[in-house]
Amino acid sequence: MIKRLSATTAKYVSLILAAIVCVGPLVVVLFASLKSKQEYARSGPLDPPQDWLNFENFITAFTRGAMLRGFANTAVILALSLTGAIFVGTLAAYALDRFAFRGRGIVYGLFLTASLIPSVLMQVATFQIIHSLGLFNTRGAAILLFMGTDVVAIYIFLQFMASIPVSLDEAAMIDGANRWTVYWRIILPLLKPAIATAVIIKGIAIYNEFYIPFLYMPSKDLGVISTSLYRFKGPYGAQWEVISAGTILVILPTVILFLFLQRYIYRGLVAGAVK
Amino acid sequence: MSTPNTHATPPRAAAPPAPPRSVGQGRSVRPRPWTKRRVFNTVTPWLFLLLPLGLLALLTYLPAANLVYYSFTDWDGIDKTKEIIGPGNYARMFTDPEMYRVLLVSLYYLVGALVQMAIALYFATILSFKMRLQNFFKGMIFFPYLLNGVAVGYVFLYLFREGGTLDVTLAFLGLEDLTQQWLGDPKLVNVSLAATSVWRYTGMNFVLFLGAIQSIPSELYEAAELDGANRWHQFWHIILPGIRRVFALSCILAISGALAVFEIPFVMTGGGNGSKSFVIQTVSMAFMHRKVGLAAAMALVLLVIVLLVTWIQRKVLPDERVDLA
Repeated sequence: MIKRLSATTAKYVSLILAAIVCVGPLVVVLFASLKSKQEYARSGPLDPPQDWLNFENFITAFTRGAMLRGFANTAVILALSLTGAIFVGTLAAYALDRFAFRGRGIVYGLFLTASLIPSVLMQVATFQIIHSLGLFNTRGAAILLFMGTDVVAIYIFLQFMASIPVSLDEAAMIDGANRWTVYWRIILPLLKPAIATAVIIKGIAIYNEFYIPFLYMPSKDLGVISTSLYRFKGPYGAQWEVISAGTILVILPTVILFLFLQRYIYRGLVAGAVK
Repeated sequence: MSTPNTHATPPRAAAPPAPPRSVGQGRSVRPRPWTKRRVFNTVTPWLFLLLPLGLLALLTYLPAANLVYYSFTDWDGIDKTKEIIGPGNYARMFTDPEMYRVLLVSLYYLVGALVQMAIALYFATILSFKMRLQNFFKGMIFFPYLLNGVAVGYVFLYLFREGGTLDVTLAFLGLEDLTQQWLGDPKLVNVSLAATSVWRYTGMNFVLFLGAIQSIPSELYEAAELDGANRWHQFWHIILPGIRRVFALSCILAISGALAVFEIPFVMTGGGNGSKSFVIQTVSMAFMHRKVGLAAAMALVLLVIVLLVTWIQRKVLPDERVDLA
């Protein structure tokens, strides 16, 4: 009995420690972001701020640190590339799931192999292509690259599509619908839950992507949240209270999203990793 | 599922379907005549694949083919002409001690990844049983994985700086003797960065393991308990075999992740102080030193290694369908 009890205690202690390690580093950054310059210099990192409603640093980060523009650019890129990616992904999944054709295995293999390649490495050669398309230093570069082929989304769609009975397609085709109508009118609306999952997973990935915007959109006006935050390093090098505010600004949307959509996120990530 | 090799040539996106031939397996099939309807049926899937395959070709396989081509040239990324110099870039790469040094940096992250898997497995195991605050702890351990890499970089720069969170916490615990130049000491910098990586990625392993463990039928545990098995026996004989495939998958992700480590050292130290990784070295060759040929050779070698590792995994552990959702 005593042994059992101490095992339970050990279990909870380890869990609480883990929670502290996971959240602690973020909490101290939140503390720093709410301190004034003088207060920051005076106090240690573990001291909570005097005024919990001192948003001065956030205003600095938003206006002078160009975080506002970063969020706007990220939003535009997210909206366009997600729409494109969902369209491309569902088309591919529809073809792969609903047709038996020669070369199907090869096509699947091509998508799968592409997903194994570390994306940063490919940029050595992708750069020339983006450049010759005239997309360098435009939002188009990021949109096209994010829209491109994403096997995780295709995989989520394929899994879900397998649960949509083929008899639905057949019934529609007997009524005179062609393949496109079946895709557009039947499959796409029924895929909504899978699309939601894919949007969340891919949305988070795009929101967090750093190197592609860094490489292809060096112009300050085209900063997304990652690159805008990265550029804090120079001008605010020593002003940790401002850098902290920028960091919190970037983290906050993710935390809120996670609180509301946990279930989708877990499911989507597991599906994606086990492709 | 077929196991693909490196397909260096771009697929022809809208290629018309291959002409009818009798296909193997010893059956000699007389080709059916090409009726209008049959042509239509054969072409339709490719019409749907036109856009996806076109993008795949443009953004993955065309660059991959170019990578092979560039790697045999001395191109600087700007010149109109590219001189073919044969295997010179590869020779240079394999004789340059710097290359081995940056590759060795991956070892720190590989060790980090093993630690990360151990931690993830421990928490996945204890959280797979019903307990109080189960979802709360699950969320806590998982959510660092979702955070923006640049933000994570800054959070840990703040943690590791002199007089930063870590030093103050150590002092608070009476351990100020342990205070170090966490990012300034070349001997320590990679350990600190690998630790950051562990913090960032443990959540992913954890959720994968947890999903696999929870898909093990609960009757197995009940039966084991009837047979007098304790928790340790259950872990060893039920849980571990039950998550074999996900475990192997995590090993592959760990290896390819360690080889391709980029964001954390790039954001936090810029590769300074001996923390330069292979990928940082590759992109700085390509975009700062303008040695696209050499960078292409480097990228290609790493790519082949990553694909090889994955291929081996798929050979060793054939696909079993496991439902993890």
